[in-house]
Amino acid sequence: MAQSTTKNNSAFFAVIALMVFMAIGPVLLMLVNSFKLDVDIISGTSGLLFLPTIQNYETALCDVLWYEPEHLDFCSVKFGGAFVNSLIIALVSTTLTLVIGSMAAYALVRFRFMGRDTVSMTTLMVRMVPPAVLLVPVFGLWNNEFCLDKEGFLGGMIREAFGGRGDVCLAGTHSGIILIYVAMNLPFVIWILQSFIVQVPRSLEEAARVDGAGPFGVFFRIVLPLIKPGLAAAAIFTFRIAWNEYLLASALSDRNTKTVPILIVNNMSEFNVEWGVIMATGMLLAIPPIIFTLFASRQIITGMTAGAVKG
Amino acid sequence: MTHSPDINDPEILKPPARKRSWQQKMNRLSPYMFMVPAVVIMAIALIYPLGYMIWGSFRDWNPSQSIGEAEFVGLKNYITLWGDPNFRESLGVTLRFAFIVVGVEMILGVGLALLLDRDIRGMSVLRTMFILPMMIAPVVVGLMWRYMYHPTVGTFNRTLESMGLPKVDWLGDHALLSVIIADIWQWTPFIFILSLAALQSLPRSALEAARIDGATAWQQIWFIKLPLMLPVLIVTCLLRLIDAFKVLEVILVLTQGGPGLSTEILALRISRTATEFRELGVAAAMSNYLLILLLIFTLGMFAFTRWQEIRASRVRAAAEDAS
Repeated sequence: MAQSTTKNNSAFFAVIALMVFMAIGPVLLMLVNSFKLDVDIISGTSGLLFLPTIQNYETALCDVLWYEPEHLDFCSVKFGGAFVNSLIIALVSTTLTLVIGSMAAYALVRFRFMGRDTVSMTTLMVRMVPPAVLLVPVFGLWNNEFCLDKEGFLGGMIREAFGGRGDVCLAGTHSGIILIYVAMNLPFVIWILQSFIVQVPRSLEEAARVDGAGPFGVFFRIVLPLIKPGLAAAAIFTFRIAWNEYLLASALSDRNTKTVPILIVNNMSEFNVEWGVIMATGMLLAIPPIIFTLFASRQIITGMTAGAVKG
Repeated sequence: MTHSPDINDPEILKPPARKRSWQQKMNRLSPYMFMVPAVVIMAIALIYPLGYMIWGSFRDWNPSQSIGEAEFVGLKNYITLWGDPNFRESLGVTLRFAFIVVGVEMILGVGLALLLDRDIRGMSVLRTMFILPMMIAPVVVGLMWRYMYHPTVGTFNRTLESMGLPKVDWLGDHALLSVIIADIWQWTPFIFILSLAALQSLPRSALEAARIDGATAWQQIWFIKLPLMLPVLIVTCLLRLIDAFKVLEVILVLTQGGPGLSTEILALRISRTATEFRELGVAAAMSNYLLILLLIFTLGMFAFTRWQEIRASRVRAAAEDAS
């Protein structure tokens, strides 16, 4: 074994180098291009010989900059507003999903109750539902059924406070998008957290119970701190989906609740693509997931293996 | 899912009899209190919409009507779709895409895992880099690859040109291939990481026994490692297959389903039927076809894991009998 290892070593490291290059090459390419002017991108003065500029980022972020960039007459991209929307939607839906999902996972693992098997089976089944399948019903329901009558008490109050016409509907609000993201991510979070809760030693919970803690006290003070790694993994996956999702957000959001992926797709579909600006926006959208990957790759891998292997 | 029954015995949870009765009631109610938020949200935002969609698929329904106003047409939407060559084409593209992508990813991912299953320093750094593609937004992945595939300024055609080779019309003539390559780039790491984890948890004794018996590296892989990894591999494969039917954003950004219908997978067709053609009933029927397809794979996965569990417990029982 030993001599074959030394013989293969150079080939082995060549394979690794190639893999690393393939995995991060496109990302690096985007990073480099986001610092180039469109002229440089198109003329193809290839490679790394160019004058880096932050002009693309200035164009993308023009609505939140404290100064007016010189090269811009009109701020059209409005990345800042979309970024705030994305952030609100992703953070709120991740928090809600984790709290609600961990409670449900705890109940499914630790208690025997009527309807337990039905719930657990349904949870497993709806995991496979693609967002595209939810598009039609969610579009219909959020616009027509999940509404408050504008003549009614609550709806009237909201209309008076915020203005606008028509009934007060879930579509076009942050809550509407958050609701569907929470629902979409719950099955996955419940599934993944079950495998972590099973490992919590029963005796700890019983000790807390003897000391007089109620079921919720036991859960929040004893169980949750012990499944932190699982929570971290689940949080990253939930955040990733809520942060990256395009289809349902595009169906449910209006001008003021646009998220970043919608902004990117809208700017892409135009005939003349401004590569520099679009790459800068793409890079800004990719930064949070990249940071997670760099700092929490262990949790990501734990979560992935727990999700797949312990099915 | 393999906890022994005594752990879940409700008797353990029952408070001692001396405690007050309202607390007993509390304890009996607590599982429901833990479950209620999740059940309510999933019922409102998943189960009800799915039922609504099935109901709507029997109607001639456009976005300006509420579902009650839409005319009931029975199975018409399903029958029209089944006879529609465009739908069949789209179904074919979806199946081709999913199976090619998963097949290539399985071979590459497992192969790389077998190759890199050694103790090397910095493996965790490498793994971090490999999971990067999976974490990036599909929209951004589409963006990167659309740039690289660009007919004149794109990386690939420039490289080909500088080597004196003819240009390739990536997103035109070879659109499906290009989309497949982008997906393979993004998701091979998933299979790689899972198979590496499976490999490293294999029983060392079996591998050592094989080595002592003089098995070559190939024989070890073929007769020991792969068969032992098989259960994990099959579950991974099915998970990935289910996910491959959900892919939408990458293709939307890269080709928008074109040219023609060559990359229009079902998910994309559903969204176009609903938003561009404004035929919600037809889109709902199409969604149901997709759901039925996914249901088959999901049930297959359940059946497989259940069968594995039964077999494992039988083996355990046999081992206990023998000892």
